[in-house]
Amino acid sequence: MAGSLAPVFEPGFFSSSPVHVALIVGGVVAIVSGVVGTFTVMRGQAFAGHSLADIGTAGGSAAFLVGVSPLYGFVTMNLIAAGAMELIGIRRPRGRDLATGIVLGAALGLAALFLYLDTTHSSTTGATINVLFGSIFEFPSSLVPVIATFSVVATGIVLLSYRPLLLSSLSPDLAAARGVPVRLVGIGYLVSLAVAVSLSAVTIGAILSTALLIGPAAAALRITKRAPLAMAIAAAAGVAATWLGILLAYDSYDWAPGHRGWPVSFFVVTLVFAFYLVIHMSIGRSHGHGHPSVGTGAA
Amino acid sequence: MEFQADADLPPILTVEGVNVWLSGRQILHDVNFRIEAGEFTGLIGSNGAGKTTLLRVILGLESPTSGRVLVGGRPRSPRNPLIGYVPQKILLDPDMPLRARDLVALGLDGHRFGLPRRSTAQKVLIDEMIDAVDATSFADARVGILSGGEQQRVLIAHALISRPRLLLLDEPLANLDIRSEQEVVELVARIASEQQIAVLISAHDMNPLLPVMDRVIYVAAGRVASGTTEEVVTTEALSELYGHHVDVVQINERILVVAGRETAAHHDHSDSRAE
Repeated sequence: MAGSLAPVFEPGFFSSSPVHVALIVGGVVAIVSGVVGTFTVMRGQAFAGHSLADIGTAGGSAAFLVGVSPLYGFVTMNLIAAGAMELIGIRRPRGRDLATGIVLGAALGLAALFLYLDTTHSSTTGATINVLFGSIFEFPSSLVPVIATFSVVATGIVLLSYRPLLLSSLSPDLAAARGVPVRLVGIGYLVSLAVAVSLSAVTIGAILSTALLIGPAAAALRITKRAPLAMAIAAAAGVAATWLGILLAYDSYDWAPGHRGWPVSFFVVTLVFAFYLVIHMSIGRSHGHGHPSVGTGAA
Repeated sequence: MEFQADADLPPILTVEGVNVWLSGRQILHDVNFRIEAGEFTGLIGSNGAGKTTLLRVILGLESPTSGRVLVGGRPRSPRNPLIGYVPQKILLDPDMPLRARDLVALGLDGHRFGLPRRSTAQKVLIDEMIDAVDATSFADARVGILSGGEQQRVLIAHALISRPRLLLLDEPLANLDIRSEQEVVELVARIASEQQIAVLISAHDMNPLLPVMDRVIYVAAGRVASGTTEEVVTTEALSELYGHHVDVVQINERILVVAGRETAAHHDHSDSRAE
């Protein structure tokens, strides 16, 4: 068995400690992304999700400057940004993109400054690549419990507020008339989104994190007409893409051109996109136009 | 507040002296009316007359600037189980992973936190409610691909499953073809009389409702006249409400309200604002 699979699983894959950490962290993060991402697509907040990832780069790059894990920087920055979006008015569909755009602009300015300081600061020159494209093989195992905690919080909020969240995603008025605290539920969801995006950003990078959030969820929504099943499919597809991506990245150390390995995030994002394409082609356009936000899966 | 004997239920809905100002504009002027238990009431008026604002006040989505709303004789609470609400067509993406059945189920427990676990009894109730609105054939279809009339029926089942005493429907007939229009009206009237539920249904055209309506609440420019169709929908009563002459004409059992010749009278609205 091991012999026949040797060309796939390069020697050392299962005994390498960085690979273990990467598989655990990547798997957990993909599950969170699938659960939270399903609602992101349903609520039409893909732009907010992607913006949070970009906004998080300000926090991630600042974390390098002060010498803590970028995870904390991402989470802090994203929670602040989510709060600002909520204050400016993400609840109103018409105010949503505006609120997101304004916060995004401000944060990208900060990110530009911090990334500049990181790269000109000799000890943190790797920060840019790290923040933008992830660093799953260099992930410190000491942070695994932290990742687990954040994951439980993000998925816990979504699962526990599942019905009020679903109802207020359908129609805020309908939900409010039934006594759902629509605003509170929306804030809880934004917190989940901020955390999920942060986790995804440290795994496959800020720029690519939306792919893991939106891609599997968008594909899952085309497969099933039941929201809980969509979350499960999105999580499973995300885990599969992440693990396969890690495997391919590990294998790619033997590949051209430089025998230095290709980035994990490239494989994960490509696999997610391929998955979406296959679903899209096989289901076709039988039930109308696709969701306008799904294209970001390839971004 | 008047107390009545148990046999005499208090009105299911009492709207008393409600004024609503939104961004410096008065939307509703001293609105007063009652809806008795089991009554079928039409809330009639053109777009922008204040129907939606009035429904939002009754639902507690909007607070009146002055006046009060009593539901079942008591001040309304944020989540009022006595009221079922059917919004206008909700815009759903066809990809939205929500079956008609799921939307009906959310009527039962959509406000509850925690993981959903539904008992067999609840599942039976959901099936019964789907059957009551003749939605069994599309119960497992995505809500986003249903026609306007089908979606209305699912939303009605969603509202009715929590056993309200008053059903509010916001323009359920808008954008429906004439056949679906009739079907929705007949369905609501049938269920309302079967289950003894009062209905308040807003519409800009009263004609589809004439055969089933016990009472009409006519809204024009934020003012309201209520009573039976014979009392309210007359040239005199509506001219007074509109503040200018309108003609009420009957053609083949259809009622038309048409703007009449403008009289020379000047209309000073300040008196009603002072109330």
